[in-house]
Amino acid sequence: MDRFEYVSATTVAEALAQLGEGRQVKAGGIDLLDRMKEGLSSPKRIVNIRTISELDGVEIDASGLTIGPTTTLATVAAHEPLRDSYRAIADAARAAATPQIRNVATAGGNLLQRPRCWYFRERDFDCLRKGGQGCFAQDGANRYHAIFGNDLCAMVHPSDLAVPLTAFDAVLDLTSAKGTRKVPISTFYVGPETDPTRETDLHRDELLTAIRVPAPPPGTRSAYFKQKEKESADWPLAGVAVALQISSGVVQRASVVLGAVAATPWRSKPAEAALTGRAIDEAAARRAAAAAVADAKPLAWNGYKVAVLETIIRRTILEAAS
Amino acid sequence: MSDSTKGVSRRGFLKGAGSAAAATALLDSAVLTVREATAQITGPPVYGPGRTELALHVNGSERTVLVEPRTTLAAALRDELDLTGTKVVCDRGACSGCTVWIDGLPVASCMTLAIDAAGRKITTIEGLATGDKLHPVQEAFIEKDAMQCGFCTPGMVMTAAALLERNPDPTLDDVKEAVSGNLCRCAVYPQVFEATLAAAKKRKASQIAGS
Repeated sequence: MDRFEYVSATTVAEALAQLGEGRQVKAGGIDLLDRMKEGLSSPKRIVNIRTISELDGVEIDASGLTIGPTTTLATVAAHEPLRDSYRAIADAARAAATPQIRNVATAGGNLLQRPRCWYFRERDFDCLRKGGQGCFAQDGANRYHAIFGNDLCAMVHPSDLAVPLTAFDAVLDLTSAKGTRKVPISTFYVGPETDPTRETDLHRDELLTAIRVPAPPPGTRSAYFKQKEKESADWPLAGVAVALQISSGVVQRASVVLGAVAATPWRSKPAEAALTGRAIDEAAARRAAAAAVADAKPLAWNGYKVAVLETIIRRTILEAAS
Repeated sequence: MSDSTKGVSRRGFLKGAGSAAAATALLDSAVLTVREATAQITGPPVYGPGRTELALHVNGSERTVLVEPRTTLAAALRDELDLTGTKVVCDRGACSGCTVWIDGLPVASCMTLAIDAAGRKITTIEGLATGDKLHPVQEAFIEKDAMQCGFCTPGMVMTAAALLERNPDPTLDDVKEAVSGNLCRCAVYPQVFEATLAAAKKRKASQIAGS
């Protein structure tokens, strides 16, 4: 890890004034320290935002849920009112990383993680995402890589939290000196076809200042499931968030979002269409899961992910409806 | 949260760097003096990249270390304070071998900057016992033989003990979740579960007897 200067901001304005070339925002610092230790990032100055109290905390009212970006994953996971109305979000926070990391890592940092692809994380592989020529994973070791949208870059989006937030149509506040943009999370994440060198629409002069989730319609139930290689703390092989608005036994609105299978959280419109207007039972869940994976394009070593994903989609739909 | 840099002293930095023999440190101190003057006008104080004096509250006493902002808490504890009970294994937050408590919460000290821990309450494996009296989790680990090579043990004990602090009566599933980030390549997990549950039971019994 190279040397750096360190500044703690106590207000958003103070943090914004610090942004610029060679500056790097740090909240929990978990992903950042990992990249700095690997020699992937060498900021001249770190701008600590954990000292900005207005960015920390969870608020729930009739209009919805607001998660301050520096709220720890442990706090999101343990927040009872949040769990009551937005269960998939709490479960995703609880599924991320290790308990030790969740006590420090923040909601905003989880959304802004850089890729975990081992070619990206290894300094010597000059991949497309680092400004190089191609994707080493496509013909390389790709057992943990994407099965959707993997033509240019086969990274998978590493965030657990982003998956249910996409299912709940979250909106992110991105603040610069000019003001605040409100960006739907569905357009916040940038696919490799748009620009393979960045994963998000966050500009250099902006700070993520709020994660807002509109109150779901009455009768909405949700679930998140993360399939890991081992039972204890691990990265996802695949994840799925399901939010269902059910009235009179029929699905009015369905959100099915898949994690760790594409470069962005992956909304499955085929699965949503298969559920909308139906009563949820084993057969409906099975049809939706099959529809979700119908256009998957696995690489040489990750075909198993299709079967894993299909299974967890089916189970999570049933879990959300139960 | 707003107190997290409370333990950082710029005056202390200058004093420390001034007495350092290395020419680079002297250069840093000169650079910092200039920057400090400008920082007064333009924004919050800037620390580093050279060494800064930090006050770390470790195991009930205040200790000062002179470290660069890039120094991790694990490195400050081990290399500056000689508290080598905290082990660094993966150095990426993936194995939890370096677990210490900050304000009572178990954290990976290898992924925490020392400067972020300044002014907060840090507890390491060396601070878990009360005098010669081991913590119930330490006693139970010995009794149940919950270690083999022992390298993961300090982190495992700190994690298990933190669980009992917030949940004195855990289930087996609670224990499994609490230590889900602690890797043990000797695979003494069953003994860790057993020892943690035994420690909880013993502590509860002694509290009832003592009440």
